[in-house]
Parts: sequence; structure tokens; C-alpha cells
Amino acid sequence: MCLAIPSKILSIKGNTAEIDVGGNTKEVNITLTPEAKVGDYVLLHAGFAINVIDEQAAEEIFDAWEEAYAALQK
Amino acid sequence: MQPYRNRDYAHHLLERLQQEATRPVSVMEVCGTHTVAIARSGLRELLPKNIRLISGPGCPVCVTDDLDLDLVIALAKEPEITMATFGDMMRVPGTGSSLLEAKSLGADVKVVYSPTDAVALAVANPDRQVVFLAVGFETTIPTVAVAVEQAVQQGLRNFSIFSLHKLVPPVMEALLTDPEVRLDAFINPGHVCTILGTEPFRFIPEQYGKPCVVTGFEAVDIMEALLMILQQYNQGRPSVEIQYKRAVRPEGNTVARGYIDKYFTPVTACWRGIGEVPGSGLALREEFAHLDAQRRFPITVTPGKRLKNCSCGQVLKGLKLPYECALFGKACTPMKPVGPCMVSTEGSCAAYYRYGAQRVGGAV
Repeated sequence: MCLAIPSKILSIKGNTAEIDVGGNTKEVNITLTPEAKVGDYVLLHAGFAINVIDEQAAEEIFDAWEEAYAALQK
Repeated sequence: MQPYRNRDYAHHLLERLQQEATRPVSVMEVCGTHTVAIARSGLRELLPKNIRLISGPGCPVCVTDDLDLDLVIALAKEPEITMATFGDMMRVPGTGSSLLEAKSLGADVKVVYSPTDAVALAVANPDRQVVFLAVGFETTIPTVAVAVEQAVQQGLRNFSIFSLHKLVPPVMEALLTDPEVRLDAFINPGHVCTILGTEPFRFIPEQYGKPCVVTGFEAVDIMEALLMILQQYNQGRPSVEIQYKRAVRPEGNTVARGYIDKYFTPVTACWRGIGEVPGSGLALREEFAHLDAQRRFPITVTPGKRLKNCSCGQVLKGLKLPYECALFGKACTPMKPVGPCMVSTEGSCAAYYRYGAQRVGGAV
């Protein structure tokens, strides 16, 4: 249940951020990560950003996803 | 770049684990997401025989007490109530039925993705009493606290929460003091630790002498963490280390913890299969009592009978592996679950069932 997925912040308006998850955009609440800026990667859980994560690490996770996706297409 | 899915690196780690695993060690993964990652990757089959991985009570859905759930289901059946819940809770059995069954019989039960969706539901339906079924560990609790804050700020009179939250460090201590449970180290829950950091776990190495490593969710993360655990174990220097550095800071998320402390206070909670653990639950603070569904709608039910022959209690404590339960894969399957560990996708039994880990019983 504690699954959390990384995604990139595209824009911020008040306590709401528009984020990119694998090409889809979605609005999330950023009350718990007041330090989050546009361009940051955050971990998402239950409609909230719960943590700002290291960008390089996020890219690595996405690489892994793309690898898995590519494997599924074969 | 750290190769989280690089095969050569994984082989290297396995070799290092073989070298370090010189004596038997039992390691508990506390988090259900780790249980799934271990089952999916087949890691149990690959690890040295001296490393025994035990699944712990790591899924908030699984550990929700059946008698607590009976109260929730009874409340959901009240005509003025709309029960809002995460989807995971719908099929979890109480002693008699589930929220899904109650819904099929006419109860107003709605699945929400976020606690704030339940607040929106209350705003949109002023003639309904919306109760949010608040389950979850420290990862989820801050998001519920923000929803409570929204309800307070908007002065909502038709929103409340039924708090069945559970806290991870107290149950880890309960396991460490249980004479039946024998374990040597913990794989700490990665996302719970994004909130808590490392401090709340320091008592584990300091008072109990057991290593803890905060761990990510790839197979390689888990292998790295096991190597860190074995090194701590072999060198006799138990501590709380972070393997999952890309997401977890030692201090955790202090803003999120501030939200938990502002709205909640620790109480004794009952864990399914484990029993009462002091200080392991959360109730709303007195000043927010009007948002506490248990106080607003006092409801009683005749205590039902707990499940017979179901080994979930022993599975949650790491005393039995899922396939050692008489019901596993026969009377109890993901399609027709008997116990909570088979209901939740992150339950140990569901993970074993889905990934066929029952076939490798001899290896664990």
C-alpha cells in the first residue's frame, strides 16, 4: 500500500502541482513538500507528493521502466 | 550510474552475499511492497541458503483487525453514511462480511484515490455524512492529516475519519520482544522512511543489537541492503543505514511528520494476527474530536468469531510461510480470499500465490 512513484513537476499553482507521469499529466497536492520546485522529481502517494527525490535517481527509475516496457513489446 | 537492473552487477552482489553469509541469518522485510518485489524477482531462490527472508506485518490492509472492520462495515450500513475508502479495503473480510458485500446490499461505499477526494465528496454532498476509512502507515498518514486540515479550514460538519492507522516502529518492537519470533535484522520500509527518516528506528540496533537497512524496491536494492546487513552483522556494529539514498534522507520529511503530530496522538491499536500493541495506532487529538467518526457515531456490534484455520496471524509475524497454511491455494486464493494476507495484492500470501513461490519451499 505504501507504493510511491516518481514524477516530474511541470508547473505549480498554490498547493497544487501539475506533474508528468510517463507522458500523462496529473494534478497532485504538494502541501507536504513545500520545497518542491518546477522541474523537481517527487514521489507520489495517494494524490500527494511525499518527498522530493534525487533527479538522477528518478531518471534511472524511468530507464528501468522503459527497459521493462521495451521487453514487453518484444 | 548505479545499475539497478544490471545483470552483471546483480551477479557480483550474489557472489559477495555468498562470501558474507557465513552463518544463518533471518531477515524480516517489514514492507509489503518489498514482499512483492522479492516474490516477483525470485530472489529467495537465488540467495545463499544461510539467508532466510521472512515477510513481516508490512501491509496496512492486511493488519486491519477484523473486529475493527466489523465496526466500519456496521457504520457503512447506516442510512446517512457515505463510507469513503481506498480500493484495497473493499474486499478485506471482517468476521462476517466485507465493505464490498455491504455495498452490494445497498450501503453507500465509495472508493477514493486520495483522502482529499473524500473531503471533496463531503463538500459535494452536504446532505450525506462522509466518513473516510483512514488506514495506512506513516507514508499515508500525513496525506490524511492534510485532508483533516482541509475539513477544519472549511468548517465541514459532514466529514469525519475512522482512524485505523498503524505505526511501524512500535510493531517492530513488539516483534522483537515476542518470544516466538526469532529474527536477526530488518529490511526497513523504504517509503515509510521517506517520512520517518532513521531516528525512530535507532532503538533497534541500540537496545536490541539488530541491524536495520532502509531499502529501495528493485531486486538489486534488496541485494545491496542484504549485503549491508550481513556486513553489520558480521562486524558486530548494528546500526540504521540507508541503502535507498535516492529517496530517503536521514531526517525524513519533517513537514509531513509535523502534520501527523498536529492532528493525531498515539493510542493502543489491535493488529490482525498480532493483537494489541501499545502506542501503535493513532487517534485524532481531542480538539479535533468532532472529526472522529468513532466518537461522532458510537456504534457497537456483537463481536463476531475470528477466522478459524487461517494462519495469517502467524504469517504476519514471520512464523509461517504462506504455503505452510492448510488453506493456502485451496480454500484461500486471490479470487476467493479467506484471510487478509490473500486479499491485499501486497499481502504475503497473494504475492506467494501470484509468483509461484510456494514451489520453492525447500529453499527458504
